[in-house]
Amino acid sequence: MSVGERDPFTGHMTTGHEWNGITELNTPVPRVVILSLIITAALGLVWTVLMPSWPFVTSYFPGVLGIDQRNVVANSVAEAQAERSPWMSSIEDQDFSAILSNPELMRIVRENGRTLFGDNCAACHGHDAKGQRGFPNIAQSPMLWGDSPEAILQTITVGINSTDPNTRVSQMLAFGRDGTLTPPQISQVTSYVQSLSATGSAAPLDKDQVEQGKAVFAANCVACHGKDAKGLTDMGAPNLTDSYWIYGGERQDMYGSIYHGRQGHMPNWGARLSPAAIKILTLYVLDMRKQAVGAGS
Amino acid sequence: MISQLTGTERVLAALTFLLLVLFGMAMAVAGRDDLIGPHGWIIALSGMAGIIALLRAYGAPEPSPSRLSEYYDDPSKAGIVLTLIWGVVGMLIGVWVAALLAWPELTFDTEWASFGRLRPVHTSGVIFGFGGNALIATSLHVLQRTTRARLPDQFSPWFVLFGYNLFCVLAASGYLMGITQSKEYAEPEWYADIFLVIVWVVYFSIYIRTLMRRNEPHIYVANWYYMAFILVIALLHIVNNLVVPVSLGHAKSYSLFSGVQDAMTQWWYGHNAVAFFLTAGFLGMMYYYLPKRAGRPIYSYRMSIISFWGITFMYMWAGSHHLHYTALPHWVQTLGMVFSVVLLVPSWASAGNALLTLNGAWHKVRDDAVLRFMMLAAIFYGLTTFEGSFLAIRAVNSLSHYTDWTVGHVHAGALGWVALISYGSLYALTPWLWKRPALYSARLVEWHFWLALAGTVIYVFAMWNSGIIQGLMWRTYNDSGTLNYSFVDSLVAMHPYYIARAFGGLLFLIGAVIALYNIAMTIREPRPVATESASDIPLVGQPASAVQAGE
Repeated sequence: MSVGERDPFTGHMTTGHEWNGITELNTPVPRVVILSLIITAALGLVWTVLMPSWPFVTSYFPGVLGIDQRNVVANSVAEAQAERSPWMSSIEDQDFSAILSNPELMRIVRENGRTLFGDNCAACHGHDAKGQRGFPNIAQSPMLWGDSPEAILQTITVGINSTDPNTRVSQMLAFGRDGTLTPPQISQVTSYVQSLSATGSAAPLDKDQVEQGKAVFAANCVACHGKDAKGLTDMGAPNLTDSYWIYGGERQDMYGSIYHGRQGHMPNWGARLSPAAIKILTLYVLDMRKQAVGAGS
Repeated sequence: MISQLTGTERVLAALTFLLLVLFGMAMAVAGRDDLIGPHGWIIALSGMAGIIALLRAYGAPEPSPSRLSEYYDDPSKAGIVLTLIWGVVGMLIGVWVAALLAWPELTFDTEWASFGRLRPVHTSGVIFGFGGNALIATSLHVLQRTTRARLPDQFSPWFVLFGYNLFCVLAASGYLMGITQSKEYAEPEWYADIFLVIVWVVYFSIYIRTLMRRNEPHIYVANWYYMAFILVIALLHIVNNLVVPVSLGHAKSYSLFSGVQDAMTQWWYGHNAVAFFLTAGFLGMMYYYLPKRAGRPIYSYRMSIISFWGITFMYMWAGSHHLHYTALPHWVQTLGMVFSVVLLVPSWASAGNALLTLNGAWHKVRDDAVLRFMMLAAIFYGLTTFEGSFLAIRAVNSLSHYTDWTVGHVHAGALGWVALISYGSLYALTPWLWKRPALYSARLVEWHFWLALAGTVIYVFAMWNSGIIQGLMWRTYNDSGTLNYSFVDSLVAMHPYYIARAFGGLLFLIGAVIALYNIAMTIREPRPVATESASDIPLVGQPASAVQAGE
């Protein structure tokens, strides 16, 4: 047995072992450590008696309080639903015009719609709904599939070019890549569209080009975009005469869209959100558009 | 290093390198259409580099038998340098991913620089690259000093060191290419995992073989912890990585577990990696370098015992606190929470034992930044283990889970505890091993200390704020009974904290660069002290035959 020495500073004995100059004191474990161990272990034991805890072979001890997380969740979900039900049922049952003219319901729509929009729509359409390249401005621009509440609700529910069997389908053909139009023709029709657009053109347009482009447009584009180029909501084809451009309003952007075609995509939110949530989003978008128009006029 | 190997060991090395080349080539051929192919090439090339090194040293005389009367420290020296380099690389990527969260455009539209690929390079780089090399380097040093026995041979420590670093390179390069098992802290795929098992078994055998030949009657506490670290990491690593590869020519594999069993296995692994890699291993480090540097006896041997067994027993149950309020059965969550709370006592006993050891040496803590690193590490260890037990309580966890609070907690431990104890230990160890009177610059150690402390505090405070705000925003309801904030709202609120966090991390990184420079200059400094290292009691001489016979 090795012999300990007394440490002059603490007054405790060492254990007498030494490793490369390191020694250890044989200080007893402080009482606070033992007490804490007993207290925490006792509290822990009590907790395991109250809560579901110790496993048996095929089941477990359910705890004397009878608490289970699944029931807790089910109960709190039911409670929250009950709390929301007064206004939720109004939104579900009433038609759009009734809700739109009800200030109290619209306050709830704005409050709830903002988070629904932020969690589900903002990633593409932007926090302010003004869109970004490839995703339309739905706060202000005319809606591709119609501005009526029913049309907006339908678009959100089934999506565009989505996996839903009733999805809205639209495609801008790749006129250049597929060889329908030659590059000079695309250039001409681009000039014509620029002459119609409210965005206009930075450089002055060649009159002959515009004239030739008009003929190309009449032969290839009117089926979807309409004779007046103001778009057809049945086709989901945009108005080309306003100042909103999903894929950019510069000449090379338009040329690219005509050459390569476009096919946008919007998910079918009916597969993910409840009908009530989709209705709230529709109302939220309608309300936002109304305010944007109000601010613009 | 080749010239230090005996003839038999050189043959063993040649065989190992040949096997690496063979397996590497086989992987490169079988996986020529897969991401495993480039990894085959990395393995084969490292084997070829080894063969070239062997050939260049061909004909070098065998090491003299007098080597057996000295400790074998060259692997530790190489490990120290590798630790510091991995530290700088891992923390640099850490600052980058922190910046990515504040300014997402920094991916530059490239795949390899996306957050999902860079983040595991950071975590593996600092945990395994920096932390693992620090543990290997210090454990081999501590093992020899506390047993008064030389390592059993010259080959196996190098095999462990290089094998381990090859694993780290495979891991990091794989993440950048997109290879991952998607298991946090266990991302490398099956072939890298199998390779690590071989390395780890050799590491364990070094420990056992040296302990069997020890010349001290008792096994020192530090070795209990290092042994627990090696043994339990082997167990965790093997079980959590049980997978079925798609084929031998593919990197992809599928876990043997599914659903909530998979989640529980992963967090049993994940939390015990924290326990036995980031805690037990570094406690081993602390138990040697802190009393050695302070020149004080360990405060209480008895407290060491209850801490050690408390920590090793209790941690094993705590992993399920990572899965509160999930599909995991409630009873498993209760047990995880209860054991996590009781765990606080042995954790604080360890931290207390370290701090009380400094009684009688506090004037040294004031004057010596190296010792101050270790003291601060013990304090952060205490703070972090308290926070850990607190966050494991289900009700607290319902606020903190999935928020930046968790990230802050991890970094309080990783920066404040793991990195500080490592740097303190390496600063102490470097002059001893290279037989220098002191480090190149004590002022630079001071700079590093304050940068590290400031960086850690800024980081942790930023994440506390951000995490608690996040948690509150996610659960705030409005009067109509729906959630008040969208997720994007919470991201907007986080932005200033993400910038603060990146700044704190940058300060810590600057400290790591200073450490690399300071230690490199200490090594290059041309004034070695001729005398034997003053820190060591001489090795007990061993007859050459006693060692050779068994090898």
